[in-house]
Amino acid sequence: MSSRSNSAGGRFSSYLQVAPMALLMFTLVGIPLVIVVLLSFWQTDGITIYREFTWSNYASVLNSPVTLALFIKTIKFALITLIITTIIGFTCSYFLVFYVRNLKLQIGLLLVCTIPFWTSDVIRMVSWIPFLGREGIFNSILMRLGLISHPLSVLLYSDFSVVLAYVYLFTLFMIVPIFNSMSKINPNIIEAARDAGASKWMILTNLIVPLCKTGIALGSIFVVTLVMGDFFVVNVMSGGQSASVVSAMKNNIDQLYYPQAAAMAILLVVLVLLLVTAILRVVDIRRELAR
Amino acid sequence: MARKTTQASDQGKLTRRSLLKGGAAVAGGVLGSGVVGAPMIWAQNIKDITLREVGPSFSVIADISAKASADLGFKIVPQAIETTQLMAKVVTQPETVDIADWEYWGMQKVYRSGNLQPIDISKIKLWDKITPLMKDGKSFDGSDLSRQGTLPFNVLYTEGPDSKLFAKGKTGYATVLPTIFNADTLGIRPDLIGHPISSWSELFDPAFKGKTALVNIPSIGIMDAAMALEARGEIKYANKGNMTREEIDKTINALISLKKSGQFRAFWSTFDQSVNLMAAGEVVIQSMWSPAVTAIKSRGIPCVYQGLKEGYRGWGAGLGLMRHLTGLKLEAAYEYLNWYLTGWQGAFIARQGYYSALPETALANLTPNERGYWYEGKAATAVIKDPYGNVMDKVGAKRDGGSFQQRMGNIACWNTVMDEDRYLVQRWNQFISS
Repeated sequence: MSSRSNSAGGRFSSYLQVAPMALLMFTLVGIPLVIVVLLSFWQTDGITIYREFTWSNYASVLNSPVTLALFIKTIKFALITLIITTIIGFTCSYFLVFYVRNLKLQIGLLLVCTIPFWTSDVIRMVSWIPFLGREGIFNSILMRLGLISHPLSVLLYSDFSVVLAYVYLFTLFMIVPIFNSMSKINPNIIEAARDAGASKWMILTNLIVPLCKTGIALGSIFVVTLVMGDFFVVNVMSGGQSASVVSAMKNNIDQLYYPQAAAMAILLVVLVLLLVTAILRVVDIRRELAR
Repeated sequence: MARKTTQASDQGKLTRRSLLKGGAAVAGGVLGSGVVGAPMIWAQNIKDITLREVGPSFSVIADISAKASADLGFKIVPQAIETTQLMAKVVTQPETVDIADWEYWGMQKVYRSGNLQPIDISKIKLWDKITPLMKDGKSFDGSDLSRQGTLPFNVLYTEGPDSKLFAKGKTGYATVLPTIFNADTLGIRPDLIGHPISSWSELFDPAFKGKTALVNIPSIGIMDAAMALEARGEIKYANKGNMTREEIDKTINALISLKKSGQFRAFWSTFDQSVNLMAAGEVVIQSMWSPAVTAIKSRGIPCVYQGLKEGYRGWGAGLGLMRHLTGLKLEAAYEYLNWYLTGWQGAFIARQGYYSALPETALANLTPNERGYWYEGKAATAVIKDPYGNVMDKVGAKRDGGSFQQRMGNIACWNTVMDEDRYLVQRWNQFISS
């Protein structure tokens, strides 16, 4: 940008260009975030909020063994989901880009991936429940086939069902960016690599994966932030057996302890920022996108 | 309009309109005498009034609002939200609510915000007929009701029109108008259990490992857990309704080890979740609300709201007026409160298993068969239908737990907010996430 905006007029016009977005970000993200930060340092008696500075909200949140357990659990869910969605996302995109040669078919198949998104994610998630339950379809099929004698309880209201729902709901957010960066790969490069004697595996690991880094990074940001901010999926799919950082926050909000919830929210924001920064450290998305 | 009123209150003795006459003194009390000047103005004004009633879905029901609107000539707009959300609304956006439909524990928690105005008892025609269970804190034989937890009587009165505190005894000002109440217990699937259940201790019986559930509302879930732990002889409480930190710690630690051993299948937070868990056979014994049991029975699935020897966990609800109501709107709100006690609502709510604060008018609106089944513990002489007309129980069936007197006379503790509430919420979070 610096190379382009040497003249005063150019600088002015670029400020003008970013103004709408800046205004939107300031009013819809900046101001609410500032309020949450302030709230996290104020006191409450459960009804009135007193604008007096205190560290006690952070102290009680940080001193509680629950907080650490919740953050670990939430990060665990995020990482497991991230690994599975990356593998599925990469494989699907690979198939779409390198095996489906017809462009129309390619776009058509990508649209097929979005079919589940044509309805609300609440419905999509809840429909797993009758499928996975003790008396559910899956258990009765297994029992009829004689594979199990007792219904499997672990299929529903467990960590398994939570991760399953996350993967189901969020894989598309991985497929699309990976597909996008994979389809930008110049076929000539692969051709050249093959001519130079590279094996299929070498092409994959030395060529395609590095060139898809942007897509994987973008997808990871989507998936990680979605999982870290969730409380609904974890609540429904674990049958309330598992909590997330946000569900603990909701418990506090329900009981009108807003400052504690705010303190937790700020910790979560900091953690997510750290994770996103880490991802951006590995991949310079801006440079890659400008490519 | 006057004729409509007479029609609706076929009890004859109900003089709902007389309050209105008092309010519209300009009308000179000539409402029924054929003079159509001033009353028409009243009728015109009142038609424009809309009251937003906000509260939990088991009490704020569209059918009730529609009937009230039709009878009263102004509009009651229902909005169903959880009690926790209602607390937040009343504290942070009081202007979005006109009439708050409270569970007592929620009201207890936010009354001191000052956003509710006390109800002038002299404006409630039928106040004297409200059951002593709610009005006086006395049981049927005149003895004191259990004081463990929030006995409705303890939070029902306030000193004066501007007070934010609860009064020790009876006064002329009420915090809310008592409306519905019930005795809660555990719901069971008798077909999947196969033997009689008689004690709260069964909730934590290892035989039901992976087949039990608790309600995920800290202040209520811990009471059910305490009933069970006490019945098992594991913990003895001085007052289950107001535990000390040590008692909370002991209870939560016991719950955590139960959870680790796999006792629980789920922790439900909404009505639908509790119905689905039970109907699907995922759990066979759990915390439940009465209408959830009704809903399962209406599907033809056997479910019993099992009375247990240690007693019931009682709760009550009431209508509160928001502070911002004034003038005509306030008059209309009072008229609505008076309508609430006239029996139609009491009968409607009886069919989902709740008792009315004014049983007399509710009973008059039920058929003899319904009266016998819901209030008197008698066998049904015809099929019993739920409020929406679905068949709920067959001929010969009796209500679980027996009569009104048997059930409400055996309350062990009440839904509550403890002094150590904040600590409880923290520890409860720890239990859920363990």
